[in-house]
Amino acid sequence: MSTETVEKPIKKESEALLSKRRKSLVSDPLNDDNPITIQVLGICSALAVTTQMKPTMVMSIAVIFVIVFSNLSISAMRKLIPGRVRIIVQLAVIATLVTLVNEVLKAYAFDMYKELSVFVGLIITNCIIMGRLEAFASGNKPYDSILDGLGSGLGYAWVILAVAFFRELFGSGAIFGYKVFEAIGFSSEGWVGFDYQANGIMVTPVGAFFVLGLIIWVQRNKTGYVEN
Amino acid sequence: MRQSNYYVILFSVILTVVLGGLLAATSEGLAPQQKKSVELDTKKQILGAVMDIDDKDFDVLEVYDRVIKSEVVDFEGNVVTEDSEGNAIVAEDVNVEKQFKKSPEERLYPVFKYFGENAGDEVESYILPVYGNGLWDNIWGFIALDTQGKEIKGAKFGHAGETPGLGARITESEVQERYKGKELYNEQGELVSVQMLKGENNPESKLDEHHIDGMSGATITGTGVNEMLKKYFKYYQPYFNKQGATATL
Repeated sequence: MSTETVEKPIKKESEALLSKRRKSLVSDPLNDDNPITIQVLGICSALAVTTQMKPTMVMSIAVIFVIVFSNLSISAMRKLIPGRVRIIVQLAVIATLVTLVNEVLKAYAFDMYKELSVFVGLIITNCIIMGRLEAFASGNKPYDSILDGLGSGLGYAWVILAVAFFRELFGSGAIFGYKVFEAIGFSSEGWVGFDYQANGIMVTPVGAFFVLGLIIWVQRNKTGYVEN
Repeated sequence: MRQSNYYVILFSVILTVVLGGLLAATSEGLAPQQKKSVELDTKKQILGAVMDIDDKDFDVLEVYDRVIKSEVVDFEGNVVTEDSEGNAIVAEDVNVEKQFKKSPEERLYPVFKYFGENAGDEVESYILPVYGNGLWDNIWGFIALDTQGKEIKGAKFGHAGETPGLGARITESEVQERYKGKELYNEQGELVSVQMLKGENNPESKLDEHHIDGMSGATITGTGVNEMLKKYFKYYQPYFNKQGATATL
């Protein structure tokens, strides 16, 4: 009994490692405050890289890496950064991280580097990352900033992966390069009797607009979100 | 204090040094691995012109060493082994992009001789690197010709920034397959090269030994490929003429 009364005040002082507030830092951007579908940021890369699942996956990991570590660095330096040059400092940190990702891809995943290098470079100007640094990391503690970055990164990732899923499925009839329609017998040898005719519009950025618009529609219909 | 000019300058300098140092260290540390990746990629592309390497699970570098022998020739078709300073020239190290920026007469032209899958004694085909301009950026490729330098055995293309789904389709094997078996010379013996037509699904009557079906929505990329091929076939013409001369001797 006596030990409990002593421990209680200490517990109150430090927040639980995964308190409700912290969990919501990660979970909010997944749905209610999604960077792509609600804030409508980062659309450019969402359209550009999502023709196939594999590059989209790599892009997602790259963005999550950059957003988490830039949030962490900016948050750690938040009391040192002079207000007048803070945007430049944020950009410098993001650009450094992006270059690191690009160099690592070039060394260990050259095929992905060839395909994605342009878009990985454009992560620097991805509004989601700048937005999180300015809105969250420059005013919050490092651990919270990591969670916030993770949330936004995952929120970005699931949307572009969903877009890529439909674009690759209908645009190339495959998932991760695996010919789905052929596998279920949708080919001239299978029970359907003719090949799956790839939907060309899904391969072009226009297809991404359609898929993204549909996802936003479905999501807002479910959550009842209205732009004010 | 945090707003004073001195502080801002000091902060910026320290940040620049730290981030710059980090980048320099990464670049240095990864350089050997990156060089290996580039080498592997180039050799993959070269082999890709004569073999189907996507489905096969083999050691590209090992196969390359076994089946490919290379040399470098100049604009007149003479084999060159040393540069003006006496350093050895290796075909694999010739940067085709850098050569492309020089005038055609000054360029070095690598030739990759393919000795067949089982590495026989005779050359099966000559693989030539080509380089040109696409719609947005540079395009390049490796074209395998028969021993006479008259018929295309295979083609492999790459690009820096063509439109995905349109011009970028030159990297698809479906498009590259169209070049197989096409002839570079007409009946009069003139170099006419192989032209990619405008539009896709052209009628059979338009396709012959010098024309292949085009890519819908990628006419300018197609024109770039046509230009690139015609120019480089011409650049390599002296080399094949000399090969022919030695063969008849």
